Amino acid sequence: MNHLSKLIYFALLSVLMSAPAAIAATAPQPAKGSAAKATPAQAAPVASPAPVPQQPQPAMAGAAASPFNRLMKVAPRRHLPPPEDGLRDPTNVETALLQPPLEVYASLPKSQGDLGNGINWVAALNDGKIKPRWDRNDPTAEPMVMDMSVVRVPKGTMPDVVFPHKQHTEWLDCSNCHPAIFVPQKGANQMNMAAIILGQKCGVCHGKVAFPVSECRRCHSQPKQVAAKGPQP
Amino acid sequence: MMESDLRTHSRHRFRRFMRAGIVSLALSMLAIPFSLHAEYGDVVLNKRAEKAGVRPVIFPHWFHRIRFRCKVCHSELGFEMRAGANDVLMWDIVNGKFCGMCHNNQIAWGPENCDLCHSGKQGLESGIHGGDSTMGPGRW
Repeated sequence: MNHLSKLIYFALLSVLMSAPAAIAATAPQPAKGSAAKATPAQAAPVASPAPVPQQPQPAMAGAAASPFNRLMKVAPRRHLPPPEDGLRDPTNVETALLQPPLEVYASLPKSQGDLGNGINWVAALNDGKIKPRWDRNDPTAEPMVMDMSVVRVPKGTMPDVVFPHKQHTEWLDCSNCHPAIFVPQKGANQMNMAAIILGQKCGVCHGKVAFPVSECRRCHSQPKQVAAKGPQP
Repeated sequence: MMESDLRTHSRHRFRRFMRAGIVSLALSMLAIPFSLHAEYGDVVLNKRAEKAGVRPVIFPHWFHRIRFRCKVCHSELGFEMRAGANDVLMWDIVNGKFCGMCHNNQIAWGPENCDLCHSGKQGLESGIHGGDSTMGPGRW
């Protein structure tokens, strides 16, 4: 009885532990088979930035256990191909035709915190790694860039915020932010981190598609200009 | 004997401990939300899709932003920058509005490729997925 119950526990445990590995091992196979069948025209619509064919999977995508210390917690696999991403239906044949993120991310500059996509999109655009169209139809259209930075002085001890119009106008149109989200007038926009984390003001994009608000120093980037109060030595 | 009683007691406790461990392990594996792996900025559109008998739509922001600036969709195409604020009907897309402004077989694949967009799992909730960190009542 005693041995039997132990055996059953062991079997249960081993099945539970091996389940994710088994899923990971079986899932990519149909993807590869049907991806080979797909024509490039179907898989990538326009101006696809040089697809890298069948590169070896980087370390952050593979590895079920840390090779250094098998007891160490392993970071969850990120940027999984569409059939494994948890949102898309792997039984859908056309899911396998969709472009896997790592095919593109491998050549893009990484962001420091590795949060969000883990990609520094501003650097990717500046370095010419990606060439997203400014106009839907015209691949040669150039953005209307406004180079004006706005410095905001927060009440607390955090460094001043520098808002660069330049990087924003490379992606966006004036009407995306003004006047609905930000009133285009100095001093007219009261904001605080709580509102931003709740998804207002900067939080409309930052934390959803643009770099997350947890990368504090990308906005709070300029040391405070005022001298500290108190007795001077 | 006292000693053997103690031993069986400790064995019992060990067994109970193991059982609890296994149960909690199984529960935790079930409870892991699978959209954890979704890509940052993936949007699920499921206001109407499942009611109409098709899979939910997955809109990947990353895929679009390497090809187009934000402004193209959020200004030219008329998409509000707020999940849930865009009432996109298939009829509009076929008639060349919203997604249909590019998904027309000229710039990108046409609307007859249903399953390329309608590729989500059943029962997904509409909204932004993939590790978004802003939330709350002011959710845009």
